[in-house]
Amino acid sequence: MSILHTVNKSPFQKNDLTSCLAHANDDDAVLMIEDGVYGAIKGTQAASQIAAAGATVFVLGVDLAARGISEDKVADGVSVVGYDGFVKLAAEHHAVNSWL
Amino acid sequence: MSEDMEDGGDIKKFMYMNRKAPYGTIYALEALEVVLIGAAFDQDVSLAFVDDGVFQLTKGQDTAGIGIKNFSPAFKALGDYDVTKLYVEKESLEERGLTADDLMDLVYEDEDDDWAEKPSIRLVSRDELKTVLAEQDVIMSF
Repeated sequence: MSILHTVNKSPFQKNDLTSCLAHANDDDAVLMIEDGVYGAIKGTQAASQIAAAGATVFVLGVDLAARGISEDKVADGVSVVGYDGFVKLAAEHHAVNSWL
Repeated sequence: MSEDMEDGGDIKKFMYMNRKAPYGTIYALEALEVVLIGAAFDQDVSLAFVDDGVFQLTKGQDTAGIGIKNFSPAFKALGDYDVTKLYVEKESLEERGLTADDLMDLVYEDEDDDWAEKPSIRLVSRDELKTVLAEQDVIMSF
């Protein structure tokens, strides 16, 4: 059974994203929201961890836009979704793990 | 979330995932409160201790000098509420210079085995914990 993980902390400040990626199974999804979206920036250590992870990784576009991070700064392998995509991901997975 | 989550009455697997040290923030104490409240609802409850969450279970906690209640003895009561599965991640212990010997001795009485006293703490690897997580219906992180 698969899990949607949400991460809302900057990976430059907290280890939530690192720990989440290490605990996610291959059929899980990880969605970066709020300050978590800083983890989507290409060329960072977080982006390397995402590239190495088995889970599918998403980022919430409105939170990127709010923070001035344009979508061309988003690392390869990270899909940008809207609130509708967030809802769809929640519905598609058996459980949601909201990392705090 | 799948349809079976909307059914009433059946037992679901609840996982409370603890990732924070006990006294710097209120998260750990609040998580324990939630577990004790949730235990009243006869669900299949597990706890996981990951990252700094493993510090919640160290033995010999003495908070007399900081004016905060030492809530670690409350973990010893979990067995009486049928909360008997405390998964502690080995990697998190090792990264912090701890071993299982540094943790409280937490036990429960197994009613299916003539009330034999058994350990509640289950040391698991990160990979083993991932498998346990995949089995859960509800996960709450603190």
